[in-house]
Amino acid sequence: MIKKLLFGLPLLPLVFLLFFISPLSSQTPIEEEEREYEFLEVNQKCLKCHGHTYYYYYNDWVERDIKARMNPYHIVDSADFYVSNHWNFRCVDCHSEDYAEFPHAGELRMEPIYECIDCHGGDEHYAQYNFEAIDEEFHKSVHSSKHSEEFTCWMCHDPHTYRVNARTNDNMEEFIRYDNEICLSCHANVNRYQLLTTVDNPNILDMHGWLPNQGLHFKSVRCIECHTDISDDLMVAHNVLPKEKAVKKCVDCHSKNSRLLTSLYKMQFTDQRSLVGFSNSAMLEEGYIIGANRNYYLNRLSLVLFGLVLLFISFHVILRLTIKHS
Amino acid sequence: MADKIYLYPVWVRLWHWMNAILCLLLIVTGLSMQYSDPAYPFMRFDWAVAIHDISGIILTLSYIVFLLGNIFTPNGNQYLFRIKGYFKNVALQFRYYSYGMFKGEKPPFEITRRNKFNPLQRFSYVAIMYISMPVVIVTGLMLLYPEYFLHDIMGKHSIHYTDMLHVIIGFVISLFMVIHVYFCTIGAKPLSNFKSMFNGYHEKH
Repeated sequence: MIKKLLFGLPLLPLVFLLFFISPLSSQTPIEEEEREYEFLEVNQKCLKCHGHTYYYYYNDWVERDIKARMNPYHIVDSADFYVSNHWNFRCVDCHSEDYAEFPHAGELRMEPIYECIDCHGGDEHYAQYNFEAIDEEFHKSVHSSKHSEEFTCWMCHDPHTYRVNARTNDNMEEFIRYDNEICLSCHANVNRYQLLTTVDNPNILDMHGWLPNQGLHFKSVRCIECHTDISDDLMVAHNVLPKEKAVKKCVDCHSKNSRLLTSLYKMQFTDQRSLVGFSNSAMLEEGYIIGANRNYYLNRLSLVLFGLVLLFISFHVILRLTIKHS
Repeated sequence: MADKIYLYPVWVRLWHWMNAILCLLLIVTGLSMQYSDPAYPFMRFDWAVAIHDISGIILTLSYIVFLLGNIFTPNGNQYLFRIKGYFKNVALQFRYYSYGMFKGEKPPFEITRRNKFNPLQRFSYVAIMYISMPVVIVTGLMLLYPEYFLHDIMGKHSIHYTDMLHVIIGFVISLFMVIHVYFCTIGAKPLSNFKSMFNGYHEKH
């Protein structure tokens, strides 16, 4: 019986596997470059109110201090602002100097709001981002065409908090999460979603119920991988497609010429394709995509081995038939 | 009936055919995923994934049945052998397949109820069922639930290493299946061994 219990040994790896269940790792913090903040003091005049959910002022009419709620759309988190792309701006670089006065004048509400292209368009310094193409692609997108001028760059890229990720963040998991949170800030938030439409906000998890290993997909790729029309001119595609046109074929990503090469891995892929070794090896730095990462040597070796087996069998069959008949 | 011996009880035959069908499904869907190409679609990727996942889970359960069967029935004895001197027997059997059978020699090891496998069979079945299958099942489960099993163990490369091992062992099992099916044609008649796995009776040479 003891000998026979040895047959249970192969079960051990299965039991062992159960001990490997572990909580997901915490994300690594972003390493901030050394920055010299020139405008902390001057911006603090705005942020002392706009950086908080409540602000305080002395009301001359009632002659007492008042605690009032800040409009949530006018709150700027100073921590987010000072790690954003516009960290070295004064508030009045984009907003009227007249905001220095409190209470703010009523006509300031009419102040035009800049769009990205207003500052970044036609500027050599930002040529690598190709803002003109971004603007063009965005205007083709379902966001722009369905919501016209209500939908601006700001809906996704709040200039007070937005920071470039795809080009600068080496932590792919983190930049995927950052980018996906932009989409989810409306598509998983009924209040923000219904600022633009009265249509019910579809449940993201239910809508993507068909996706195997849904959680892993959500962590490993951005929404835009499947929901945009990829443009060769852009690092990050901006033509968001109607949901009917979203990619639903697994092989579009899970194949040797994976779509991800021209989207998520575009940065790493410019010059890393190789015929030998692993196909699409840059993907292997960050993960593994079945169908897209194949090993040249293993493929060849498997074909040779399989061929040898067939050759041996054919030879054996011929010998059996020949000797039998003779 | 004297030339026939009852070797394969019902549970072994049921397990064997279930195992064979599942392995075939897993090989076909596995190849389809590994070499997926939108230009030459062999099978829809999501179907391949679903069939592969379901077959893999059933294969795991079937494998547990196989292990329990070998622990609690005499069938387990067929997979036991002493390593000392065993490879000499394997070589003898190999010699028979590659030379002796063409000279009209008798098989070196008679098939009996106590010894239903020849040494080469026993060695390869142990290698497949007790080494390859546990590895392919465990790596398969790890790939099925990567978010639980793989995330922290070896970092972001873990899925890659696990899948490599899974694919390599899967390939070894595929080769085994081809060789196994061919060698089954070497019986009293070419189809005798296949019939044995249906009726349980082995026809002697």
